[in-house]
Amino acid sequence: MSLERSEVESIAQLARLKIESADVESYAKSLNNILELVDQMQAVDTEGVEPLANPLDATQRLRADKVTEDNQREHFQKTAPLVEAGLYLVPKVIE
Amino acid sequence: MINKTLAELSSGLESGEFSSVELTKAYLDHIATEDKKYHSYITVTGDLALKQAKAADKRRSEGNADKLTGVPIAHKDIFCTQGIRTSCGSKMLDNFIAPYESTVTTKFNEAGAVTLGKTNLDEFAMGSSTESSFYGPTKNPWDLDRVPGGSSGGSAAAVAANLAPAATGTDTGGSIRQPAAFCGITGIKPTYGRVSRWGMIAYGSSLDQGGPMTRTAEDAALMLNVMAGFDPKDSTSVDREVPDFTAKLNEPLKGLRIGLPKEFFGAGLNPAIAEATLAAVKQFEAMGAVVKDISLPRTELSIPAYYIIAPAEASTNLSRYDGVKYGHRCTDPVDLFDMYTRTRAEGFGEEVKRRIMIGTYALSAGYYDAYYKKAQQLRRLIKDDFTKALSEVDVIMGPTTPSPAWKIGAMKNDPVAMYLEDIYTLSVNLAGLPGMSIPCGNVEGMPVGLQVIGNYFDESLLLNIGHQFQKETDWHAKKAV
Repeated sequence: MSLERSEVESIAQLARLKIESADVESYAKSLNNILELVDQMQAVDTEGVEPLANPLDATQRLRADKVTEDNQREHFQKTAPLVEAGLYLVPKVIE
Repeated sequence: MINKTLAELSSGLESGEFSSVELTKAYLDHIATEDKKYHSYITVTGDLALKQAKAADKRRSEGNADKLTGVPIAHKDIFCTQGIRTSCGSKMLDNFIAPYESTVTTKFNEAGAVTLGKTNLDEFAMGSSTESSFYGPTKNPWDLDRVPGGSSGGSAAAVAANLAPAATGTDTGGSIRQPAAFCGITGIKPTYGRVSRWGMIAYGSSLDQGGPMTRTAEDAALMLNVMAGFDPKDSTSVDREVPDFTAKLNEPLKGLRIGLPKEFFGAGLNPAIAEATLAAVKQFEAMGAVVKDISLPRTELSIPAYYIIAPAEASTNLSRYDGVKYGHRCTDPVDLFDMYTRTRAEGFGEEVKRRIMIGTYALSAGYYDAYYKKAQQLRRLIKDDFTKALSEVDVIMGPTTPSPAWKIGAMKNDPVAMYLEDIYTLSVNLAGLPGMSIPCGNVEGMPVGLQVIGNYFDESLLLNIGHQFQKETDWHAKKAV
């Protein structure tokens, strides 16, 4: 399987990464090298093998739905690029 | 002072030979003059360290000291430290002052350990050489033209160059064991779930595990005693009793069953490393261990499985870096999409972008079954191979790496070549087992590591094996400087 230019562009869009048009080729090349490496997986018969997501086969531990943290909005917003009146500011979304 | 092991420093503080303030100052002075050569630290926390050292001396004078009270250590810059920049080696977090403290660093703070600073790493822990750090590469103290390994290369170099007696690291595919091998120190990746991941910046969440990097196995046991334990804040933390990891260090190894997987000694292994590894195994035989040939038939498949699973998890974990709540944001975005895409293009380096792209592709509609699901199925087969092997032997031994540390820049244009160097370490993370690297030889003037892989939660046995080996040999005592 080999990625075309347009596929690299659409992956970049899904990943929310801006890629300069001049760099698409080199991304395609290095991604194709990696895909070539991982394609050896396809030779193995894994029919009926249960996928392993957690190495200990553990399932998600749940906790009681209780408030355990104080509201520290101001403290956490100190690291934000742009806030106003306790809100995170981003470019206009709705006209 | 700065040549001593953690255990020796702990006794020195206990006996009053020196104070924590004196010790901390000695390290800070040494870092100030020497670290220009190695670049093992991203941030040195001198003021904090001296404050903590004073508090530790007071605590000791009041008779409340723990083993590590007053001992200075370094933390990989992947652990969030409140009020201190936590960069993860990325431009994305260059301005990030962590608003909270990770569980691991909290435990060290509570034990009274002193934080010397935050060590360099591959960006977001993605790499095997520490060259992908936004802050530039760390140099191997044994040869400044070579890499220290990675991703915990700063921690490994700091310990090897006496810039810290011990440091924390994290290991997703070998990131503790491989730099430990390259820098001639001891490193252990505990069983998945043993050490809390809370506040440890995520790369591959089902693989990531924190652990100690030290001069000796005994020191690693002292560090792990602080780091390990159930944490309700980490949903994959394992609620299981934590032993005193120093308790079994002195048990004899008579009758220990060692498995040697033939796949760890195949093509691609540097013959001198094979020789050093087998010499170490002979040493264990002389100490009463029994050696058995075993097979881990899917070893080679751990590379493709890992390089799908880790990037897939990374692509989801790193989606949080969007320029909204913290970290880098591009200037003058025209709309939301422009802000996301430019922020991420500017904030991430090449290797991180590559892994995000591969992971995004592997998880995208139409490809999920062929890549992600397939890799997870292989992951189970790889785990099954280990389970079978470990029903016949107590531990598995082999080389930590196929080659000694390479020259800085040697792998720059060939990421896949670097991926192949992870051959012996990746499968251990896929299976979630504990793995340790201890120095066992010298090849081309560079240290090489013996990897010891144990059964789930059997870190005590690994540390016991490391300690016994280090009582009989002096590879761990050889110094880079």
